[in-house]
Amino acid sequence: MKREIPLIISMASGIFVLVGFFVPHPAIRAIYDDIQQWVIIVVAFTYVLGMANLMRINVEQIQRRSKDWVYKLALVVSLLATMAVGFSEGTHYLDDGTKFSWIYNTFYSAMSATMFSLLAFFIASAAFRAFRVRTVEALLLALAAFILMLGRVPIGSVIHPYLPVAADWLMEIPQNAAKRGILMGAALGVMATGFRVILGIERTYGSEGGGG
Amino acid sequence: MSFSLSALRHLDRRWIFLAIGLLVVVPLLTGFHIAPVLPGARARGFYDVIQKLPAGSTVLLAGDYDPGTIAENYPMHLAVARQLMARNIKIIGVELYPGGPPLADRVLHIAGEEYKKRESYDYVNLGYKSGNEVVMSQMGSSIPRTFPADRRGIPVGRIPVMKGIENFGQIALLVSISAGFPGTKEWVQQIVSRYHVPMVAGVTAVSAPEYYPYLQAGQLQGLLGGMAGAAEYEVLVKAPGLATRGMDAQSLAHIFIALMIILGNLAALPQRTPGAKK
Repeated sequence: MKREIPLIISMASGIFVLVGFFVPHPAIRAIYDDIQQWVIIVVAFTYVLGMANLMRINVEQIQRRSKDWVYKLALVVSLLATMAVGFSEGTHYLDDGTKFSWIYNTFYSAMSATMFSLLAFFIASAAFRAFRVRTVEALLLALAAFILMLGRVPIGSVIHPYLPVAADWLMEIPQNAAKRGILMGAALGVMATGFRVILGIERTYGSEGGGG
Repeated sequence: MSFSLSALRHLDRRWIFLAIGLLVVVPLLTGFHIAPVLPGARARGFYDVIQKLPAGSTVLLAGDYDPGTIAENYPMHLAVARQLMARNIKIIGVELYPGGPPLADRVLHIAGEEYKKRESYDYVNLGYKSGNEVVMSQMGSSIPRTFPADRRGIPVGRIPVMKGIENFGQIALLVSISAGFPGTKEWVQQIVSRYHVPMVAGVTAVSAPEYYPYLQAGQLQGLLGGMAGAAEYEVLVKAPGLATRGMDAQSLAHIFIALMIILGNLAALPQRTPGAKK
C-alpha cells in the first residue's frame, strides 16, 4: 500500500488537472480549483520542510566541526536571527522602517546584487582565457558574439549603423529557429514525462526513490 | 611582438578585473556619455500596447524578480508603473518570488507619489504567494480566492481597486517583469494561451532569447530585454533613469569583452622558439 497509494493520488490528481485545463465544466472546475489550492498549501509547507532539512544538515556539521563549519554557523545564526526579527514584527515585517526591512535592504538586497554583478568580472576573465577560435564553428560563434555584444548597446550604431540591424536579424531568424526547435523538443519531453507520471510508469517521487 | 604576446600570456587576471570594474564604475559615477539610446521595435511595441489601453482599465503587474536582477528588472518595473499611472490605469501587483514584494512596493510607491495616486484606490500590491504556475492557474479561476488579502493584510473585498475583479476577464493587460522561473514563460503558458489576455514582458538579457518565439507568435505583444530594453523604454516614457545611465557602462564593458576575446586568441597563437625551422 505504501507504493500504491502515492501512485493512485498522483494518477487521480494528474488526470483531474489535465482534464480541468481543457474542460471548463463547473463540476470539473470545482475539483480542479480545490486541487490547485491544495498544491499552493503543500508548496508553502515545503519551505518549512526545506528549512528543517537545512538546519539538520548544518547543525550536524557544526557539531562535528567539519570543513568550513564557521560558514555553516553563520548561515544558521543568520537564518534564526532573520526569522526571530520577522516573527517579532508580525504581519507588517516588510514595512518601511522595520528591522526586517533593514536586513532585507542592507544584507539580502546588497548580497544578491553582488552575486549577479560578479558575472561581469568572470565573463571578462573567461573571454580572455577560455574563448578560443580553433574551428569554423567557434569562429561563427565569435562573430555572432561580436555582432550581438556591439549591436545591442548604443555604441553599436556609432561604430556602424548596420550593426543593430545585423544583431536583430541574428536574434529573430537563426536564434529564433533554434530556440523554437529546442522549445518544441522540450515540450514533447514534458508531455511524455507527464503521461509517464499519470500512468504510473515514472515513480521517482515514490518511497523507493530512483524510479522503477 | 613576441614580448607583447608573452606578456599577454602571463597577464594576471586581476588586471582584467580592475579594468572591467573601472569601465563600469566611471561612466556611472561621472555621467560620461557615449551614444544616445534609440528605442527599438520591441520596446516600442511594449510602449504602444500600454498607450492604447483605455484610461480606467485594470492591469496585472507581475514583478517576478528579486534583488539579484535589480539592475535589469527594477528600471523597467518603475518605468512601466510610471506609464500606467500617467495613463490613469489601475494596477494590481503580484509577485511569485519571495524577495519581490519590497521591490514592487517601492516601485508602486515611487510612481504613486509622482502621479498623485492612492494605494488601494488606484493601485494595490497583493504580494507574494508560493506555488509558482499553480498560483497563476488559480488566478485564472479567481483572483480574490488566490489572494484573499493584499500585502498589508487588508481583505480584497475592502480594497476599491479590486472591486469587480474576479479573474482575467476583467484584466486589460498582463505585464510580466521577470527574472526567470516562475515568470514570463509560465504566464504565457498558463494565462495567455487559456484566457487570451494581451501580454507584454520585461525580462533579463540572458533569458530574452527564450521569449522571441512567443513574441513572433503574437503571444507577447512587446518585449524589453535586459538593461538595454529598459533604457529604450525609459526613453519612450520620457523618464531616463538607472537603465539609461547604465547603457554607457554596458557599452564600454561589451567593447572590453570583445577586445578580451581578440587578445586571448592572440595570446594563444603558437609560440615560435628562436632557431626553430620554419
